[in-house]
Amino acid sequence: MNRIVAPAGIFLLLVLGACEREERAFRADPIATETEEKIALVPLSPGSGPPVEHRTGKGKEYEDNAYHVAQGKRLYTWFNCNGCHSNGGGGSGPPLMDDRWIYGGQIENIVQTIREGRPNGMPSFRGKVPDDQIWELAAYVRSMSGNVAKDVAPGRNDDMHPRPAENREPDSPPVAGGSIPPSAEMPQ
Amino acid sequence: MHRRLACVFLILPLGACQGWQSALDTHGPAASALEALFWTFLSVLGFVWVLTMGAVALSLRRRRPEGEDPLVTNPRRESRMGWTISGAVALTVVTVLTLTGLSYASQKHLFEKRDDVLTIKVTGHQWWWQVDYEDSQADKRFTTANEIHIPVGEPVLLKLESSDVIHSFWVPSLTGKMDLIPGRQNTLQIQADREGSYRGQCAEFCGWQHAHMGMLIVARPKAEFDGWRDNQIRDATAPQTDERKRGEQIFFSKPCVMCHQVRGTSAGGKVAPDLTHVGSRQYIAAGTLPTTRGNIAAWIVDPQSIKPGAQMPVIKIEPDELDPLVSYLEGLK
Repeated sequence: MNRIVAPAGIFLLLVLGACEREERAFRADPIATETEEKIALVPLSPGSGPPVEHRTGKGKEYEDNAYHVAQGKRLYTWFNCNGCHSNGGGGSGPPLMDDRWIYGGQIENIVQTIREGRPNGMPSFRGKVPDDQIWELAAYVRSMSGNVAKDVAPGRNDDMHPRPAENREPDSPPVAGGSIPPSAEMPQ
Repeated sequence: MHRRLACVFLILPLGACQGWQSALDTHGPAASALEALFWTFLSVLGFVWVLTMGAVALSLRRRRPEGEDPLVTNPRRESRMGWTISGAVALTVVTVLTLTGLSYASQKHLFEKRDDVLTIKVTGHQWWWQVDYEDSQADKRFTTANEIHIPVGEPVLLKLESSDVIHSFWVPSLTGKMDLIPGRQNTLQIQADREGSYRGQCAEFCGWQHAHMGMLIVARPKAEFDGWRDNQIRDATAPQTDERKRGEQIFFSKPCVMCHQVRGTSAGGKVAPDLTHVGSRQYIAAGTLPTTRGNIAAWIVDPQSIKPGAQMPVIKIEPDELDPLVSYLEGLK
């Protein structure tokens, strides 16, 4: 008798593990306060030693959260990112679904790129997009090149798929490089 | 004592029969037809129920006298049963045919299409209603949100669409429910026979804030409706006072413009309710809060405490920026 009851009890206890659900943080806290990310775009630095870098680690809670990535996907079209970057393949802006990153492909780099803007057309969204939404967008951009966990990346579109869903993207770790499409280069 | 309490308790639900959102307080032909159907069904089925219960009670009291052998057949009785059963079958066929005919006739009346009617496209969003007034003349089209004005006594055609999940359009005092389904267009004709404001509600569970997805239908005489429409078509008037001018600047420098539109200005976002005449609407946040200064301020400062999960984010705003911003929005009449 005990041979059946004990494993059954353990099994039932294990089922309790399913009660924990992913947290959905609707309300950013503290309210829309910008974190200080120090990222270095070149390995050179005056004096001795490499340039000082400081990453707060806030990106982790966005990259590992399916709700944030899904919100980022929604905001990507709402804020017209696809106007220049298309569905990730790039247009007048560089592609986002490949492994080449002009300004670095880590989430903090992407956040800084959205906050500050970049030469040749990328506008600065600081003040126009609340900071937590910038993190959501950056987390989604990471998922476009397969750089977030498969169970976090969006699995399907609400409308027609222009390309495979984000959770089917092959892993492509960021590589420095990339180039600006000629159409986006400022006339010299 | 207990009996009195029970009586009070039974009377209380009657309070639900009246009000601006009630299927039993109807002001339009579609809802009236439903209400008539409701009372017919209630009385017929109630009568049948009482009859059945009476028969059950009777059969419990009275028993058939014993003695007859059930295996012995009686030819007269057999033929009587044959007649009864064929009668019942024939009656069923007649009933089905009659109901089909009645249903066709009433639906034909309800779904009649007319070309000259006012056409409004209603798009469901999580969790608000986008309202586009259509017209063959381009300068008579405009967009608003959560508040639909219609002329009294005229049929109005609604085209129902959805941008995300399935919603359902339900104004109990005027019409039955009709779903808003992503990727297709449903149509619904509504009509208000009496002037008034009728509340509507999303009737298909659509997520976290489904309960806070309300709307208002305002039915008014044709002349008043035309006046309202002329005002809605107009671009927002430029602010006159210094406070409102400052408020406009704050509005443009904040994330508001990423999603909201104010016609006649550079704010052209189309993913959130159109704010061109937000001050003229009776409610904000899809029927959640009456439009007052305090409520607008509360909604801007902390929408996520009022409607957790709504797409309106918490934005960074300085204490001295709030008053001018609220004045600007409140004045968009």
